[in-house]
Amino acid sequence: MKIQTRYFGEVQISEDEIVKFKQGLPGFNIEKEFVILPFSEEETPYHILQSVSTPSLAFVLGNPFVFFPDYEFELSESVTELLEIQSEKEVAVYIILTINEPFEKTTANLKAPVVINLNKGIGKQVVLNKEEYETKHFIMKEAVSKEGR
Amino acid sequence: MLVLTRKPNESIQIGEDIEIKVLSIDGDQIKLGIDAPRHVDIHRKEIYTAIQQENNSASQSPINLFETLNIVKKS
Repeated sequence: MKIQTRYFGEVQISEDEIVKFKQGLPGFNIEKEFVILPFSEEETPYHILQSVSTPSLAFVLGNPFVFFPDYEFELSESVTELLEIQSEKEVAVYIILTINEPFEKTTANLKAPVVINLNKGIGKQVVLNKEEYETKHFIMKEAVSKEGR
Repeated sequence: MLVLTRKPNESIQIGEDIEIKVLSIDGDQIKLGIDAPRHVDIHRKEIYTAIQQENNSASQSPINLFETLNIVKKS
């Protein structure tokens, strides 16, 4: 099927690429179907979470472990049940990025990662109880300090 | 909004399977116990609101993302 997207124009997807979010996302409860599109053909930490039904609705996802190597959390039983997770291997974790200008001000929402069961095609934005994770973490903080700017 | 007065150890039943119990009161802190089915998500309101707001901001990321991210790649 063909869908219209926020960043890539018209895109051809197959039904089995659709990830179902039974409860939508916080703030977007009626949006239940998304596809994950890699940002570029080259290896990239960025992906796009595109709504299937609303062309203008898309989120920029990041690979959390690229930006925050120590990022970790445990999924509650209710989440593993909802996502029908049998093994860690079928799970993908993304963080939603809020792109700001300049790009150095871009933040990641570590409080509410997007967790997806790749085999089953179901996902959920999980709200973590960990207090050290907030909705806005600068993704460039470490890079900036390493370069001594 | 429905307003009910409860004392410690008294509960409110919502529907068939949700119970909210006042466990203790200490000054302006009230400890609540919540029994609900697993599929019901329970969050502190301000955290859920913060995530809704962040999702809203994130969905407004600039449409010229390619330029933005490509600049990052080159630098």
